[in-house]
Amino acid sequence: MEKIYPENVATCELIKAQPETVRFLLDFSRSLSIVEHKGMKFEGNIN
Amino acid sequence: MELQIDDSFLISAYMNGDERALETLINKHNQRITSFIYSKVMDRDVTEDIFQDTFIKVIRTLKKGSYIDEGKFLPWVMRIAHNLIIDHYRKNKRLPKFEAGDDFNIFSIIGDEKLNAEKQLIKDQIDTDLRELIEELPGDQKEVLFMRIYKDMSFKEISENTGVSINTALGRMRYALINLRKLIEKNNIVLTN
Repeated sequence: MEKIYPENVATCELIKAQPETVRFLLDFSRSLSIVEHKGMKFEGNIN
Repeated sequence: MELQIDDSFLISAYMNGDERALETLINKHNQRITSFIYSKVMDRDVTEDIFQDTFIKVIRTLKKGSYIDEGKFLPWVMRIAHNLIIDHYRKNKRLPKFEAGDDFNIFSIIGDEKLNAEKQLIKDQIDTDLRELIEELPGDQKEVLFMRIYKDMSFKEISENTGVSINTALGRMRYALINLRKLIEKNNIVLTN
């Protein structure tokens, strides 16, 4: 069987999420509160 | 040298109310997760959206205390991101796209899927060209490609019919596609409708 090996091409680009996205996530996390009542968990946002 | 703090320690700290632990976790894995998403969607804005949705799910799960730490935090987050990427593609496929503007045409988003005469001719030409190219492939590769594409057989059925293992059939299919691409390039053929 004919063997053909593709050439290695660097297609990976290293990037990071924007600082605003990270800031949003941290704010979201701070505002999120979980309340448990009778075995059920409820989400609430405290702004 | 940057101090690498263990994920388990950070998760535990975050679940106990330390919000700074989340920041450290996000910053620690930001590049790997963002690059992974970007490699699949190739769009910076979509990447940001998926990254954000991924961590919203992570935050909710951790805050609810539903996360069971088995030392596989990054693979778990990658899996969430992977599922959201699939959702993104499914949603894009389902939703009709149209450009808003004065020259909006309803037929750009609705219409029957039947090809018109011109497109049918082009399709027939492409099918003929492709069959001729397939004829140039080595016999074993041609056989597997025909069974898979034209007869719609599974690799299990192909392996039973040709008397080779599934892995060999998969390998032959792979080489068939590689060789086909080379033949297309070599002959400068445009196989698009």
